[in-house]
Amino acid sequence: MKSLGSIRREFSPWTDPDAKPYIVVDKVTKRFGDFTAVNNLSLGIYEREFFALLGASGCGKSTLLRMLAGFDEPTSGRILLDGQDLRGIPPYKRPVNMMFQSYALFPHMTVEQNIAFGLKQEGMPKPEIEARVADMLKLVKLTQFAKRKPHQLSGGQRQRVALARSVAKRPKVLLLDEPLGALDKKLREETQFELMDLQQNLGLTFVIVTHDQEEAMTMADRIAILDKGEVMQVATPPEIYEAPRSRYVASFVGNINMFEGKVGEKRGDGLAIALPGGPTILSETGGEVPVGSDVAFAIRPEKIAVSSRQPAGGANVLEGEVYDLAYLGDMTVYHVKLAGGQVVKASALNASRISEDPLSWNDKAWISFRPDAGVVLTR
Amino acid sequence: MADTSVLADAAPRPAPTSLLTAVLNRVVIAVPYLWLLFFFLIPFIIVFKISLSQTAIAMPPYTPVFGLDTLWEALGELSFDNYLWLTEDPLYFNAYISSVVIAAISTFLTLLVGFPIAYGMARAPSAIRPTLLMLVILPFWTSFLIRVYAWIGILKPEGLLNQLLMTLHVIDEPLVILNTHTAIFIGIVYSYLPFMILPLYSSLEKMDYSLIEAAQDLGCPPISAFWKITFPLSLPGVVAGCMLVFIPAVGEFVIPDLLGGSQTLMIGRTLWNEFFNNRDWPVSSAVAVILLLLLIVPIMIFQNAQAKAQEQGR
Repeated sequence: MKSLGSIRREFSPWTDPDAKPYIVVDKVTKRFGDFTAVNNLSLGIYEREFFALLGASGCGKSTLLRMLAGFDEPTSGRILLDGQDLRGIPPYKRPVNMMFQSYALFPHMTVEQNIAFGLKQEGMPKPEIEARVADMLKLVKLTQFAKRKPHQLSGGQRQRVALARSVAKRPKVLLLDEPLGALDKKLREETQFELMDLQQNLGLTFVIVTHDQEEAMTMADRIAILDKGEVMQVATPPEIYEAPRSRYVASFVGNINMFEGKVGEKRGDGLAIALPGGPTILSETGGEVPVGSDVAFAIRPEKIAVSSRQPAGGANVLEGEVYDLAYLGDMTVYHVKLAGGQVVKASALNASRISEDPLSWNDKAWISFRPDAGVVLTR
Repeated sequence: MADTSVLADAAPRPAPTSLLTAVLNRVVIAVPYLWLLFFFLIPFIIVFKISLSQTAIAMPPYTPVFGLDTLWEALGELSFDNYLWLTEDPLYFNAYISSVVIAAISTFLTLLVGFPIAYGMARAPSAIRPTLLMLVILPFWTSFLIRVYAWIGILKPEGLLNQLLMTLHVIDEPLVILNTHTAIFIGIVYSYLPFMILPLYSSLEKMDYSLIEAAQDLGCPPISAFWKITFPLSLPGVVAGCMLVFIPAVGEFVIPDLLGGSQTLMIGRTLWNEFFNNRDWPVSSAVAVILLLLLIVPIMIFQNAQAKAQEQGR
């Protein structure tokens, strides 16, 4: 079988039918008054997995995280951790720890005391606490800041103290609520890789909540995309990007072009889609969709080629003119207006310094793509 | 990771200003100092001077009276006799001690009553917080004297409280509360409660509730989280509230006079007696000066706590 995208590490228990999820969220609903934050949601998270809950604000991702931590109880449904039903177990008795979006560092305690807080609650002997705290400080490279108070640290340092504090107890599961949200872009990118290393080295299960799709794509083994309290799709980052199962998922992650049309005829495993206004595009997938139904052919901009001359032969060639273009250095994004009025985004990698086929505003242009470059979406 | 935030925090240099704005800036800063000079320091010097004088049957009832021509002779007549007198009669010493003890107990009771109220207010939905604040301040709309007087009607043997308890058959004999220390505690707690609640509320309201969640998440049960997180973080409010109650309570005169009966010894009443009954201005001035010195220590603790709170709040 051909695989989608490149693989970060050999880890895919979800493809193993014998593997049991470590965390099971079973038909969980959470209502606040009339508002349903989480609606009949089910998913499974495996041990040592880096799992991301991705969605726009208000999609219920933080509520789900708070239910895992024990700050909110589900209105109905169950949450199991390692086979144990978590209902009724208060947050201070759950073997999970959370890293808060605001970091929630105790302002009256030093960095050291903050990290030691959870260990003291456990009743760990003092020498062990000291050793563990020293380890943690080393892990997040803050040894020389041990005696500082949180307000004497920079944002990035505070973030690391919060991280050290939440992993100090070696929880079974670490919950991270927008852990990088307060950092600037450069620091965020560095920290993403540090978090991934930390997760692998400690062998913990991470559940991260984020609204930043790039962050989720970079770090997570699998991503759950949530909308209005429901799971839209759970899949690996390449699957989410290359094989979205709905228009929502397709347009939520990255840029995408949607050709809305009707299924004209079947062609083996694929089909021909009639676009309004005449042209037909061919797809190699979607053969299971009945003829006549409304579908969208979704294709990423980088999979569309733009040319000033009509490409010879082949299907999926559409004519238009350059409506707008953006030169981004590493690539150029063309907005091509088709005869039917639809604007299609196509990006071309600037692999050579001098373009042989320069296109400018209002030039006539042809776009073309392979029949297997996009996906057929019915939802 | 380079830590440049410390350098970046350094205050920018003030822009060069014209002579006029420089002068105006100084005037603005001078206003509070002038206020304190005219309405605190000068009156205090006058009181201090009277405390060094001798009582006399005259108008005003002490000698010497300063005149510009007799300034030097008058200065020579001043003495610390009144302060010596305060040490000779145990009445004053006992009154000071009793005042401090009563004020301390009342302050503690006010804290016990005020903390849950302030905590409840700080955790209330933000829409109703202004209403709750209003309710705390509401009693100030009635005269302080009338409110304390009303407590006589409630606490006296045939008063509202005893009637209620006897109707409910909780007690058979009326409780004797009026004219005891208990009545003073009730009066002080009631009257000064807003001064305790407001600073407590402001420090509790600022507190990020996710700190409590973080503590619980790290294995700390709610009651323990209160003592380890909430209480230490509300300490500036606790100190401010306690000082705002303790300092005026030490010198309180109306509450012990109306509710405490004749046998209650407090420095406010002693001062009143010296001033109005004995017409001994110099001794009562000396009593007032000693009271001020006594209160300087808690006032300084208060100032220090305020400064610390500001430092943390940055």
